[in-house]
Amino acid sequence: MNTQLSRRGVLALGAGAGGAVLLGACGDSGPSDKVTGAGRSAGPAATAYTGPNVALAFWNGFTGGDGDYMKRLIDQFNTEHANIKVAMNVYQWVDYYQKVPAAVSSGNGPDLGIMHVDSLATNAARGIVLPLDDLAASLNLTEAAFSPPVWQAGVYRDRRYGIPLDVHPLGLFWNKSVLERAGLDPEKPPATGDDYLAALDKLKSAGIEGSWATPFQFTGSLWFQSLLWQFGGDLFDTGAQKATFAQDPGVQALTWYTDLVRKGYSPRNVAQDADLVALRNGRNAFNWNGIWTVNTLAQDKSLKWGAAPVPQIGTQKAVWAGSHQFVQFKQGSRNDDKLTAGKVFINWISQKSLEWAKGGQVPARKDVRDSAEFQALPEQAALATQIDYVHYPPSVAGIGDALNTVVTAVNEAVLLRKEPARALSDAAAKADQILEQNRKKYGG
Amino acid sequence: MTLLQERARTAETGQRRGIRRNGSLTPYLFLLPYSLLFGTFMLVPAVYGLWISLHDWDYLLPGKPFVGLDNYRALFDPGSAVYEYFWQSMSATGVFTVASVPLLLTVPLAVALLLNRSFPGRTFFRAVYFAPYVLGVAVIGVLWRFVLDPNLGAVNALLGTNTPWTTDLPWAWVSLVGVTVWWTLGFNAVIYLAGLQDIPRELYEAARIDGGGRWAEFRHVTLPGLRPVLLFVVINTVLQAANMFGQSYLITQGAPGVETRTAIMYIAQTGLRDFKMGSAAAMSYLLTLALLAVSLIIFRVFRSRED
Repeated sequence: MNTQLSRRGVLALGAGAGGAVLLGACGDSGPSDKVTGAGRSAGPAATAYTGPNVALAFWNGFTGGDGDYMKRLIDQFNTEHANIKVAMNVYQWVDYYQKVPAAVSSGNGPDLGIMHVDSLATNAARGIVLPLDDLAASLNLTEAAFSPPVWQAGVYRDRRYGIPLDVHPLGLFWNKSVLERAGLDPEKPPATGDDYLAALDKLKSAGIEGSWATPFQFTGSLWFQSLLWQFGGDLFDTGAQKATFAQDPGVQALTWYTDLVRKGYSPRNVAQDADLVALRNGRNAFNWNGIWTVNTLAQDKSLKWGAAPVPQIGTQKAVWAGSHQFVQFKQGSRNDDKLTAGKVFINWISQKSLEWAKGGQVPARKDVRDSAEFQALPEQAALATQIDYVHYPPSVAGIGDALNTVVTAVNEAVLLRKEPARALSDAAAKADQILEQNRKKYGG
Repeated sequence: MTLLQERARTAETGQRRGIRRNGSLTPYLFLLPYSLLFGTFMLVPAVYGLWISLHDWDYLLPGKPFVGLDNYRALFDPGSAVYEYFWQSMSATGVFTVASVPLLLTVPLAVALLLNRSFPGRTFFRAVYFAPYVLGVAVIGVLWRFVLDPNLGAVNALLGTNTPWTTDLPWAWVSLVGVTVWWTLGFNAVIYLAGLQDIPRELYEAARIDGGGRWAEFRHVTLPGLRPVLLFVVINTVLQAANMFGQSYLITQGAPGVETRTAIMYIAQTGLRDFKMGSAAAMSYLLTLALLAVSLIIFRVFRSRED
């Protein structure tokens, strides 16, 4: 629950630079050579650190159960590395994205942090995070060691800013008891659009609204985006010049989604989180939700539930995902020892990401995903099978500003206040204006 | 009498001499601490904000191009990216203010009148009515979001309805106004209560002797007696309502669509999430001007009544 709340907070307020107007005077930075150190930001090797003792500040927003998993990993790292001491600071994500830019611009930023993939480009453009190309090179980290979508997501303008830690895709969560009540096989979730609707019909005749459709960003607009990609569409054209989500695939996707309400598979006016609460109460059968839901449902000992890849409704497989990526922050004065030690840390944690996966994540590294230990986590492993067709928003600075119009469109359509096509075209017109504003602002 | 006058005069000249001795700086030294705080936290940011509003401003980007009045012009240009959203948010703030202020002026007054009478347990009830006000907006926001949930919430379960309290109009406004009244009425009630206790008892006795009924008492004694606190209550309530942010943010998330997204909420999103601080500053200045105008009108109304 916490992960979900905090994760939602991030996208809701986005990466904010809270009340930092007065700090503005100190902000002289940008993605210039001066900021990024023209290329490598530290020495070559980062597998070992032999310099003097250093202390590293590591900030993130793991306020839920995930924070405990990270804390345990850090303790282990600190015992194994006598000359590096990592101290973790946890903020609510929404505060984190406001504090970090302010701290970095005043020269007091942390050494290391985590960023969501959709915030990475913006923070790279604003000169907050440092390029990590050399780290990837020196560790021989390659696309093949991760998976193409998640590896590419850390790149902004041909430079790498993030090393993937995990992937958190949507999945299909279902309540087994509810399926049984309607005479459906509780161990066999629907995998196609036809199966899905057939199951919903059966549930409906048993008096159950089986697929509550939330009008809110979590996870309504993530669900819509998954469908959009499944119907062969995309959010934006190449280079994010124009919004394309209002074209046919988008209309098909949003129509399918709002039909859940119109055809009585979902009640009207589903409030935030009501879909998942209803699933836990036995009033809802299916919920497309983030993998972080694994944690929430696991706490409910009396609940019989399952997790599977999202069904393929459209013409191809696709699903929305987020990803936590390691970043290094720009410092007031450059300290190569700290940079190297930080890279050792990133590399180490990334190899230990199995522990991390237990907290409700899919590890970004292929070797960890393929390990027997990870395969022993049934829900995580099931959702991990989607890894090769996960989608992220394009790596463009300020993309979140434009994505918010999608959130509004989904909201209006699911609440039946606008026809799907109309809601999407209104939003796309707005998004085009915002994209143009951002091109002017960030260049390109 | 003459002695007193004499004393007063010496005291006065003594004072003057004191100021002269200590230099004419003394009054300014007294003002200094406050001016320092006022300057640092109000005046400088306000002027700086005006400067920001004339730029395409992101404090982390090296270029902050000067754009003159473009940020303001965009707010009046129907073809711009911000026009529709901004005026939508201003009208949301307007709706909320118009709907909540009358209730926040009258309900607390009624509560204060009740709590001003003597009955057993009075202190307890005073505390009860004030209690919600000590809660933070995050607490009451999350609380009411659950209670008002259209499909699973307690309110609909009790009423046996499925009213979309948080997801459709006008219900979302009913909820937001209702929650705000419940949450903040204690504050105004306490101010009223203080005002009521300042009204001399003799006036009520005189009214009764003159044969005035309860309504006449209220109309001719209570209301005029409350005038000193009324101006404060009105201005404060209007400004509070116009600054509404947390309730919409937490209970409705601006839904349906962006119809309950208030001006402050949109300004915060533009400036702190989208990092378009120039545009956000320009919006803030328009909102400030609007509130200034409303405050002036209220002052006028109160002054003309006094004349």
